Amino acid sequence: MAIKYTQKVIDEFTNPENVGELDNANAVSTEGSPACGDMITYNMIIDPKTLIIEDIRFRSYGCASNIATASMASKMAKGKHIDEIKKMRPKAVTEELEGLPAVKIHCSVLAINGLKSAIRQWEEESGLVDPQEPIITEKIVMEALRDVINPETGLSLTKMNMVRHVEVQDNKVFVEVLVGETDEMYYENIVEEAREHIESLPGVIDATVKLTEIPVA
Amino acid sequence: MSTTPHIAYLDNGDSTQVLPEVIEEMLPHFTEWYGNPASLHQLGLRAEETLDEAREKVAGLIGAKPAEVFFTSGATESNNIALEGLRRLHPKKKHVLISPIEHASVRNVVLRMEKEGFVELEELSVDGEGLLILDSLREKLRDDTLFVSVIHGNNEIGTIQDLRPIAEICHEKGALLHADCAQTFGKIPLNVKDLGVDLASFNAHKLHGPKGVGALYVRKRLKLRRLFEGPPQEQGLRPGTENVPAIVGLAKAAEIAVRDMDEVMPQVNELTKQLADRLQEIPHVQINGPEIGSKNRLPGNLNITFKYIEGEAILMSLNYGGVYVSSGSACSSRSLVPSHVLTSIGLLHEEAHGSIRYTLSRLNTQEDVDHAVVETAKAVERLRAMTAFIPEEHSKRESEHATTFYKQRKEKLD
Repeated sequence: MAIKYTQKVIDEFTNPENVGELDNANAVSTEGSPACGDMITYNMIIDPKTLIIEDIRFRSYGCASNIATASMASKMAKGKHIDEIKKMRPKAVTEELEGLPAVKIHCSVLAINGLKSAIRQWEEESGLVDPQEPIITEKIVMEALRDVINPETGLSLTKMNMVRHVEVQDNKVFVEVLVGETDEMYYENIVEEAREHIESLPGVIDATVKLTEIPVA
Repeated sequence: MSTTPHIAYLDNGDSTQVLPEVIEEMLPHFTEWYGNPASLHQLGLRAEETLDEAREKVAGLIGAKPAEVFFTSGATESNNIALEGLRRLHPKKKHVLISPIEHASVRNVVLRMEKEGFVELEELSVDGEGLLILDSLREKLRDDTLFVSVIHGNNEIGTIQDLRPIAEICHEKGALLHADCAQTFGKIPLNVKDLGVDLASFNAHKLHGPKGVGALYVRKRLKLRRLFEGPPQEQGLRPGTENVPAIVGLAKAAEIAVRDMDEVMPQVNELTKQLADRLQEIPHVQINGPEIGSKNRLPGNLNITFKYIEGEAILMSLNYGGVYVSSGSACSSRSLVPSHVLTSIGLLHEEAHGSIRYTLSRLNTQEDVDHAVVETAKAVERLRAMTAFIPEEHSKRESEHATTFYKQRKEKLD
């Protein structure tokens, strides 16, 4: 499958900005992992008085669009108030890059979530918010699944109403996802991504993701 | 300095340039002798004769009889007709075996059979270079094993299987052996009778022939149920008017490949080996698959992992630098999961993600290798400078993984 990137993505990949780290960063985050093949780390300096992101650096282990989205997200975050970033949707980065192929939309989710978790970490450390309670609810699981993208469409599982059932038993989560035959080549990816997103929730020990195929009418 | 940037096409494992001689041979079959081989008039007869000649030629090149050669649209179709054709004819034989490093055109066919409840599917084991472990075959074969399918030359890591002993073990148990020879045809000497296979798939576009044409070898007296209905072309196995110009191209390309093999393949191997040696000067790399230039390695195939960075990003950097390759990373696969071939030979996901495959052909030059070395070194250095991957954590996981992987494999075998 040839991947067709926009010129914006190519430019951002070949000449990314804000690469590296900051010695005096007060907010840091790492999203993703080497095993998944994409990982972004952010270093930020948040001004405690103005709540403005004064400076930001990123590192990326991932594909061309991972690097491009991380670079673009860092440029968009620089100089902004943290509240603005907290409201930011992955779509904002995608639009700034003049589009991403559907199979690459998950990169924009990773890039934005990385910004948000750096801010969250800073807020927790500064005592502005309480650390996340490790109480798992169906709602929290659904929110995590909002970040899982069906690579076939580039839309999230929740947006596509693919999540049929969520069950939480203590620290174990069971999820049933409805899939159609057109998604077949992504089955393994959808299960892996959903599991990873649920298991990264604080307090979750084990997530089981079951796919149920909807028969072709 | 030339003004046009140099392009090094090093993806010949995906497809190749069609040789001018092949095109020349094909052309009159579009414009002059365009009849349907099934037609009764002179042009039909001419087309039928052309088809017979091509069949004889291909049969001769693989050590088969002309009646054992069926033309198809390529190795994917050949694989489907072979395996699904057997399955439909033998509903009582419920067990099938494949190697864990099969191409999707075999793997997905048997996965579908299993999913629909027709067969019980088991995977055989391979060693760290992708060579089939014969004991795993001996152990897993059953009385109701219908077929075993093994890829002759692996498209990703270049492992060439020694099919003869595999065939003998299968036949002792009454199972059939199918081999996907898409990558080996025209690159190494190949004789279906010597290999002992019952069915074998071939194609043209990996050996400087046209796309969309291939062949299936079916041992004499072995029957298959056809997959499509229509007029009885190809002895009724593959209905549909034969693609005569493409079949002519297949025969010609194969003829040239076999004719020049002794001269060309050592040169291809020489360049590949040089590329491998020079790329290994880059720190933190590993070659995947058997030793380059050895008898178990497909000529021209080099698969290498550049640690701590991701393959699609390397591939794209090389692309913009005029070097065309492929990768086993999740992000460059259609299904967004890392290559099952690489994980089957024990690679960690992150090692599979960092893999790049260079495949050379007779048309590659010293300049291509020089260009690829320079561009790769540049890309790897740039991407490593911005990677988020922390090598120390990786080495810990790597050693843990190696321990469990080989322990599990040993347990499987014991």
